[in-house]
Amino acid sequence: MAGYIFRRLLQALPVLVGTTFLIYFMVFAMPGDPLLALFGDKTPNPAVLERLREQYHLDQPFIVQYFLYLGGIFRGDFGTSFSGEPVTEILARTFPVTIRLALMALFIEFVLGVLIGLISGLRKGKLFDASALVISLILISLPIFVIAFVAQFIFGIQLGWARTTVSAGAPIQDLILPAFVLASITFAQIVRLTRSSVIETQSLDFVRTAYGKGLSRRRIIPVHILRNSLIPVVTYAATDFGVLLVGATVTEGIFNVPGVGRTLYQAIIRGEGPTVVSFVTVMVLIYLVVNLVVDLLYGLLDPRIRYVK
Amino acid sequence: MKIRRFGLGAIALVAAGTLALSGCASGGSDDSAGDTAAIITTNGSEPQNPLVPTNTNEVGGGKILDAIFEGLVYYDGDGAPHNAVAESIETDDATNYTITLKPDLTFTNGDPVTADSFIDAWNYGALASNEQLSSYFFEDIVGFSYDEDSELTGLKKVDDLTFTVELNAPKSDFPLRLGYSAFYPLPASAFDDMEAFGQNPVGNGPYMLDGENAWAHNEKIDLVVNPDYAGERTPVNGGLSIVFYATQDAAYADLLGGNLDVLDAVPDSALSTFEADLGDRAVNQPAAVFQSFTIPERLAHFGGEEGKLRRAALSMAINREEITDVIFEGSRTPASDFTSPVIDGFSDSLEGAEVLEYNPDEAVKLWAEADAISPWDGEFKIAYNADGGHQAWVDATTNSIKNVLGIEASGEPYPTFQEARTLITDRTIQTAFRTGWQADYPGLFNFLGPLYATNAGSNDGDYSNPEFDALINSGAEDTDPASANEKFQQAQEILLQDLPATPLWYSNVTGGYSENVDDVVFGWNSVPLYYEITKS
Repeated sequence: MAGYIFRRLLQALPVLVGTTFLIYFMVFAMPGDPLLALFGDKTPNPAVLERLREQYHLDQPFIVQYFLYLGGIFRGDFGTSFSGEPVTEILARTFPVTIRLALMALFIEFVLGVLIGLISGLRKGKLFDASALVISLILISLPIFVIAFVAQFIFGIQLGWARTTVSAGAPIQDLILPAFVLASITFAQIVRLTRSSVIETQSLDFVRTAYGKGLSRRRIIPVHILRNSLIPVVTYAATDFGVLLVGATVTEGIFNVPGVGRTLYQAIIRGEGPTVVSFVTVMVLIYLVVNLVVDLLYGLLDPRIRYVK
Repeated sequence: MKIRRFGLGAIALVAAGTLALSGCASGGSDDSAGDTAAIITTNGSEPQNPLVPTNTNEVGGGKILDAIFEGLVYYDGDGAPHNAVAESIETDDATNYTITLKPDLTFTNGDPVTADSFIDAWNYGALASNEQLSSYFFEDIVGFSYDEDSELTGLKKVDDLTFTVELNAPKSDFPLRLGYSAFYPLPASAFDDMEAFGQNPVGNGPYMLDGENAWAHNEKIDLVVNPDYAGERTPVNGGLSIVFYATQDAAYADLLGGNLDVLDAVPDSALSTFEADLGDRAVNQPAAVFQSFTIPERLAHFGGEEGKLRRAALSMAINREEITDVIFEGSRTPASDFTSPVIDGFSDSLEGAEVLEYNPDEAVKLWAEADAISPWDGEFKIAYNADGGHQAWVDATTNSIKNVLGIEASGEPYPTFQEARTLITDRTIQTAFRTGWQADYPGLFNFLGPLYATNAGSNDGDYSNPEFDALINSGAEDTDPASANEKFQQAQEILLQDLPATPLWYSNVTGGYSENVDDVVFGWNSVPLYYEITKS
């Protein structure tokens, strides 16, 4: 097991170098001069511009810029944003917010999704099942910004039950509404996944055997049906956690959540190379780790899966 | 059995409902807390640069600096300058100024505000190696250089409360500029560690930062009233909380939801509804922002007499009234000159201003005259940056041109502002392009000199007309503001003939405020005068 994890981590290294190189190249290849944009519609003096270019190494060829950046990373220096804040501080400030939001959304979608999916599956074709299917279909087909705006308008503005946007510091109670919005689409997916998985498992031999042994439904449903139905659901939810972590740009923008997605979006707009690349690097790391955790989770849920030494 | 089934159906509905409902039980709003009631919340954006006055050239940081600093002069709601730190600013020749300061003024750290506070701050801002974004504000002071580090020798200290300024050339509007943030004083402590100062600035204005961690990056900045403030902008509220929004939509939702007191930018999506939403708490008035497009002389068919005729024809082929109404929902005001209605000296009845009115017949006639000189070929294009919400009006404008003149006309989008600006700056762009100007200080000269004077810094179309230069210079030498403005107006009448840029409209400031606040007045620069706002 430890050997497996070690090898997986080792594989992550070239992936990381490759992605930072690609991202850095793409940011570099973005047309236009980010420094010119700093001056708005006014044209800066060429001498001023040249000195700023030197400061951000923008006068160097691409490969030199990349290695300067990479060298910085190994010294723990991710560069500085245009507003003079070290990128490491920005990372340290935004990721906790996004992690909190992602965990809340994950919790909501997983608990509600599995619960409703399970009931649907057990009562296939009945009224509950039908209405759950219809609701999940609606949620899947709605783009997230529609759900977000509608939720903000109804619960924030009309009813006044939640804050319209997240206040500074992103307290938990402010994050509840955005978390529900974020959860809504995946929730619908999880309902459908759980439902079909439960239906499938229900007809398997070991479930019939359990009934035949005279076990109660109360024992069969959670232990035999649910546990075995959860494998695809857990995979899906865990991958989704990765997606949530790397920033829900749209939702964070609408609810003004000071998290990863919003910050990255602003950095892209401002052409702040170091911020963009550092964020993406951390995101790639998160993806790699999440994928590893998903693979390990399989083993916990299904002892038949073993890891090769 | 039937009953149970119904029960489960109900659970499904309830469960789906909880998606939304349970989110609200604990998320109640926290307004009307008694002791903080006097704090005004308003929208802002994360400053793009450290909060150093000479290094801030955008509204996010500018709004904060204007609240925590006080310059030699300040501008009232109409843009008229009043002495603030200055006791008097005197000149005989518009070149040499003697500035006397009011006594006994201090920064919030206790340092006195003296002549050195200004001289040192301006020298810091002007020094080439300090790379300050607003260094160009000092270019008129003797000793300034872009290329090497040099002292502003034109600044001389007379005593603690008096200093003199010598300019390279007469600039009668120099006192008017002194309210801009680049000219703010700095306390001596700032120069020890400017980086730290930029995160925790110490000023002399009506407000000050609320402690060490007042600036929560990307979230908000909290300002409280400066108890030692002795100027005329004395706040009638307890402080400001400037919340940084990534999108204007979020800020607008907060205003409607009662989480925001004052908003100074309505999102495009709400332009058609905000006046109905807010009633008499909506604000929609012209601002000091001028929008245009520029057709450089160097483009084929746009040089000399032919170019003059074509520019006039294009200008008269644009239905500005309709576009501002339909595309902008009345949030722009059709232009009648090259400046802005909020600027002192503005006139909407300049000679030749009819070229800015929709006149299809005359447009077709002038275009035909130009064709007689050299027949038109190709397509007329206006370049714009696609990330700035310009597509709608560019398409409307080129359609208007297409319909009137019967030529091919369309927009030419560039993905980002950076890319468009780069092509404009290095002069490789081969089409007309969008241009705009937001004034730094409320004076006519600021809309004209930097944009159309020969070889001026932001003269993107390389316009040059000796007659215009002469009028601008003589206006700049005139120490009487009224007669100086007259010369600037004459200079504008030349521009109306040449159309180095085609004026389109003035941006309005659109905003609003909540029921909790009163006395909200927007200043000339589209920022509310926060110190006047009362909160009940």
